[in-house]
Amino acid sequence: MAVKLMQGNEAIAIGAVAAGCRFYAGYPITPSTEVAEVLSRELPRVGGKFIQMEDEIASMAAIIGARVGGLKSMTATSGPGFSLMQENLGYACLAEIPCVVVDVQRLGPSTGQPTAASQGDIMQARWGTHGDHPIIALSPTSVRQAFDLTVKAFDFSEKYRTPVLLMTDEIIGHMREPVELPDFATITTFQQSVTEAPAAYKAFRNTPEGVPPMAPFGVGYRYHITGLLHDEVGFPTQRLDEIDPWLERVNTKLDQYSEDIVMVEEDYQPGARLALLSYGCSARTARHALKAARAQGKKVSMLTLQTIWPFPEKQVEALGEQVDKIIVPEMNLGQLALEVERMVGRKKVRRVTRANGEMATPQMVLAALEE
Amino acid sequence: MNEKREQNILDAATLTADEALIPQADWMERSGVLQKLRKNKKFPTIWCSGCGIGVVMGALIRAIDHLGLKSDDVALVAGIGCTARMPVYLDFNTLHTTHGRALAFATGLKIARPDMKVIAIMGDGDALAIGGNHFIHAARRNIGITALVVNNATYGMTGGQYSPTTPVGRRATTAPYGNVEPPFPVCDLAIAAGASYVARSTVYHALELDKFLAEAIAKDGFSLVEAVSYCHTTYGRLNKLGTAADMMRALKDNSIAKNAYDKLSDEQKASNSKIVRGNFVNKDRSEYTGIYQNLIANVRGD
Ligand SMILES: Cc1ncc(C[n+]2csc(CCOP(=O)(O)OP(=O)(O)O)c2C)c(N)n1
Ligand code: SF4
Ligand SMILES: [Mg+2]
Repeated sequence: MAVKLMQGNEAIAIGAVAAGCRFYAGYPITPSTEVAEVLSRELPRVGGKFIQMEDEIASMAAIIGARVGGLKSMTATSGPGFSLMQENLGYACLAEIPCVVVDVQRLGPSTGQPTAASQGDIMQARWGTHGDHPIIALSPTSVRQAFDLTVKAFDFSEKYRTPVLLMTDEIIGHMREPVELPDFATITTFQQSVTEAPAAYKAFRNTPEGVPPMAPFGVGYRYHITGLLHDEVGFPTQRLDEIDPWLERVNTKLDQYSEDIVMVEEDYQPGARLALLSYGCSARTARHALKAARAQGKKVSMLTLQTIWPFPEKQVEALGEQVDKIIVPEMNLGQLALEVERMVGRKKVRRVTRANGEMATPQMVLAALEE
Repeated sequence: MNEKREQNILDAATLTADEALIPQADWMERSGVLQKLRKNKKFPTIWCSGCGIGVVMGALIRAIDHLGLKSDDVALVAGIGCTARMPVYLDFNTLHTTHGRALAFATGLKIARPDMKVIAIMGDGDALAIGGNHFIHAARRNIGITALVVNNATYGMTGGQYSPTTPVGRRATTAPYGNVEPPFPVCDLAIAAGASYVARSTVYHALELDKFLAEAIAKDGFSLVEAVSYCHTTYGRLNKLGTAADMMRALKDNSIAKNAYDKLSDEQKASNSKIVRGNFVNKDRSEYTGIYQNLIANVRGD
């Protein structure tokens, strides 16, 4: 495919179509609106469907409903809308409905600064809905990666029957970069298929693989889906012998697949005692600083996270064993730094935070390296 | 069928013979749907004995049976509440969602599967308080979903708090001095928002519910059936309205068929405090998923 100048939000929309998304429901909000605008144009062209719902609560509900009806589905929003989606996001986690939610983060809390970038929803992505639950969240550092991770998000959500969050930000979302997209014919995402006969089908079977196949509605598998704790066929239950194995499966189902889910980029220098760790737009600042530091002859390693949740514990722990100091630049007051501290200890972590809508500068990161 | 029984049914429902869907005597045996109640796992129901919700469930089954729909082609989507527990007992595609959001989930499902009959089952709080916005927008879009609202004028499941349909002056656990908020007229709301089919009856008039539900489900566009019920264990007790049977009887005594209501003088209408039962709207308006399907065909040049 030819090189094209493309915006991050556009890349997400095009990536969704390439990944097989055929339903989008959303409510306009800066800085995510272009995702909806592009999909309102592109989806009907491939026989897909777009709807602008009355709010983000309804949008989240509609994408779950559409996926239950068999269409791969997505919504996109920003902080205020992401807050409204939390209850039904938890529903999708508990009822194990695949779907993709894009959060183009803006400065919060509340209405905050709609046009200013932020990475302030990182902890909300993990714990925003009530109760313990599994979640996958990915974060791109470039326009091309916004495309790739959108495809991955659909793949993971189908494969692991769980919502996947694409945690991007105003900078990546609105930035234009030249990109060369892969041939869409080469793009494949996991396809759910049920081989069991309807009578034997258990939509929530506690298999050792952790992810029972999901049948859509209307093809002969008449089963019950609920946000209540349920047994293997989906009926509400209060029996601990039914709840416990199910809770255990749902809350650990991602663990055995962390090799697949956890995606990081390791740019390590042998002998380096300093490291940068970042994600999303902040990783771009960090990369600038990295180049400058190396040009000055410093040995510095860098770990860029594409998968935020589940947190890449193994990789961060291993990095902590190699270096004395890990610098974590992010556009919030130190949210992901908490996780890094949990893995390597507070003494090794130096936060570089900025939560006023402006990016941290490479100079700020360099200064932290100097300390 | 026993003629006397048939006459009783007609009298109770204020329907003429050709209006009512009188079940055949062998209806129970014939009905595949009834035989496939999820009885092994789920019965008895969670409902208090004497609750009117079960009557609505019966009417829904009979309406689906009357239309001869295949169980695979029917989806029941519910919110949260006593009413919203209904789908779990029925052998269709059943989606029990979050409080107030049944119509929003149903909208996604209907768009994905326009060929399916999607029925959203909600209580008055579910449909009109927390879900009020989804209710008017689903009606405005005229999406082919049937909204079945069981109006018991209270939050049954959480123990009898006042709801958007509680009459002024009635007591609730959160209105110990009497409710001061005027209630929503459910059907008027749906009509104003653009619904294609709107009807109301009560759980005393079960056969009317059968008929209205069958018509609503058969309708292409957005349809509403308001089934007026009661909650004797919370609202009824707080307001000293007697037993379930007393409250059931009150629905008979305090309701009037639309045909009879229409014949009243303007003064009589103005002072009427009875529940008006009947079909208020039945019109043809293009249905949302059909319109969108045409849009797709146009865009693709098919
Ligand atoms: C977001 C949210 N808020 C509140 C509740 C608690 N809640 C459960 S059912 C209900 C009201 C039910 O009333 P209604 O919809 O009229 O149904 P009924 O029980 O009367 O049939 C409430 C407030 C909830 N489950 N979710
Ligand atoms: S609490 Fe009221 S509405 Fe709920 S089942 Fe009991 S009687 Fe019915
Ligand atoms: Mg109620």
